[in-house]
Amino acid sequence: MSILIQNLVRHAPATERRLLDDVTLAVPSGAFVALVGPSGAGKTTLLRAIAGLDHYSSGTIDLDGNRLENLHDRAGKIGFVFQNYALFPHMTVARNISFGLDVLPREQRPTKAEITARVQDLLDLMQLSGMGKAYPARLSGGQRQRVALARALATGPGVLLLDEPFGALDPIVRRAIRTWLRTLHDQLGLTTILVTHDQEEALEVADRIVVMQQGRIVQDASPATLDEAPNTAFVMQFLGEVVSFSGHIKNGVFTPSERGVAPCAVSEKLESGPAELMIRPFEIGLRQGQGAHEQAVELALYSKRQGFCYYSAHLPQRTVPVFIYNTQEEGQTRLACAELEIQRGKLFRDGVRLQSR
Amino acid sequence: MKKIALWGATWVLLVVVLLLPPIVVVTEALKSGLLASLATLKDPDGIAAIWLTLETTVVAVCFNTLCGILAAWLLTKYRFPGRAALLVMVELPLSISPVVSGLVWLLLFGAQGWWGPALERAGIHVAFAVPGIMLATLFVTLPYVVRTLVPYMEHQGRDTEEAAALAGAGFWQILLRVTLPDARVALFSGVLLTTARAMGEFGAVSVVSGHIPGLTETMPLHIESLYNGYQTVAAFTMAALLACMAMAAVFLRSAPAAWARYREVQE
Repeated sequence: MSILIQNLVRHAPATERRLLDDVTLAVPSGAFVALVGPSGAGKTTLLRAIAGLDHYSSGTIDLDGNRLENLHDRAGKIGFVFQNYALFPHMTVARNISFGLDVLPREQRPTKAEITARVQDLLDLMQLSGMGKAYPARLSGGQRQRVALARALATGPGVLLLDEPFGALDPIVRRAIRTWLRTLHDQLGLTTILVTHDQEEALEVADRIVVMQQGRIVQDASPATLDEAPNTAFVMQFLGEVVSFSGHIKNGVFTPSERGVAPCAVSEKLESGPAELMIRPFEIGLRQGQGAHEQAVELALYSKRQGFCYYSAHLPQRTVPVFIYNTQEEGQTRLACAELEIQRGKLFRDGVRLQSR
Repeated sequence: MKKIALWGATWVLLVVVLLLPPIVVVTEALKSGLLASLATLKDPDGIAAIWLTLETTVVAVCFNTLCGILAAWLLTKYRFPGRAALLVMVELPLSISPVVSGLVWLLLFGAQGWWGPALERAGIHVAFAVPGIMLATLFVTLPYVVRTLVPYMEHQGRDTEEAAALAGAGFWQILLRVTLPDARVALFSGVLLTTARAMGEFGAVSVVSGHIPGLTETMPLHIESLYNGYQTVAAFTMAALLACMAMAAVFLRSAPAAWARYREVQE
């Protein structure tokens, strides 16, 4: 099912502050979209608005071209998984899952046998076979998560909305369930929207990332685009650790205002003026000088993980992280270079990326 | 040593304060033998008092359970102006002396009261009649269901209800299949507290009842009449019966917890 959200606005109760500020988002059928952003960016608010759990001041939401006006329109078509699972504690796992079918009006309700079969299918699909008679209190976090997912899927919705579903799980279960969720999405042909504050999770599982900030969509792109061409400094910062250097652009050269950092060539079409260069620590290079007296920047090793040596580079004013990929067994504990090379960085002015067109 | 003394003191206090009264009541009732005390229960006025108590209790429990559920739902699931005031007001019957609330009913419905004469002309008797007794009991037992449900429903939050709504459940389905079954222990507890209180209410009922034997005397009032008339055995027999009924309600209240522990052990 495709979802089309147009100019959605939601005000905070009794104020003019906008929780959702003119949000427009088109999610084609079968897409897996991740909504990311810091706390308070409006991710959950947007998700709840799509589900019909919250009212919005203006704007429209269409599902497969049909306007959704209230919760009743969405019941059964949209599966929602809550952050804390929100399972019914007094019902068995099987009754939890079949709830959406049990509450159907008599004439639409499947027979008991059909419901039992459906529950069994879902239990198998969720790798919960044999758990049907247990109560939620007896399950582990990962199992509860899957029961919540099974319950959301019982009525055969085309859309699956997940509100930080992995928040309470430990890293191993998290990773496993993440991959498995993606498989499930493809297998069932769902349209999925996932809210998460974990950008890595989003990059791994979704085909599209929607970055939100202060109730607005800042960028809506594929993980690769987001990585290569972040629209704003915020997006760049949000997606991973960055080091930023302030400086000046003139005649196709960015000159950092700090000593110990090499100027770098940029497109000549860029307008001259102050700019900020942002770069990931693993993109920083070391430029060796001619003689010993030129080894102005010292780097000290502080950690080694997954093939990377983590150094802190001592610039005159501050210390910045530099990650160097090291195929050898031993990384040197001390390095020195003349200047840091920041050729691979991205340029921003007033928080917006500079593009040479 | 100190610990043992403390334990001892606690137990002595418990026995004296909690266990002694019912024991004394039962002993007094059985002073002339079981048959004699059972014979006093055959008194028609006594039977009428027992019936009136049971009727009043049923009415109070049904009414206050329904209203209590509604009030608790409103107070916990919605935020509206005046909510805090309403929460405090629900507790008024607990803080006001029952005698005072009885007097209020008299003021409203008595022969010299605000609405009393008009209702009297219409043939409706409230003061010194059964409706008055029921109104007084209703008022006094109002807070119990609300007060036991509110903390639990507050803790429930809205998530499960929203999940139910998204699965397609309507208002009543949510209330009857999700919210209340989940809160059933708290609800049960509130209902039994209401029952115990409704059976034992004396003050408010005493003011509005008029003490007409066989007509407007509930068990507590009848006990007082018997006692004042030096019918000690009858008074204490009735008292023992009332105490047993109330204690049964209180013990039932702890049944769900005991049952849960039993199931835990079985597993």
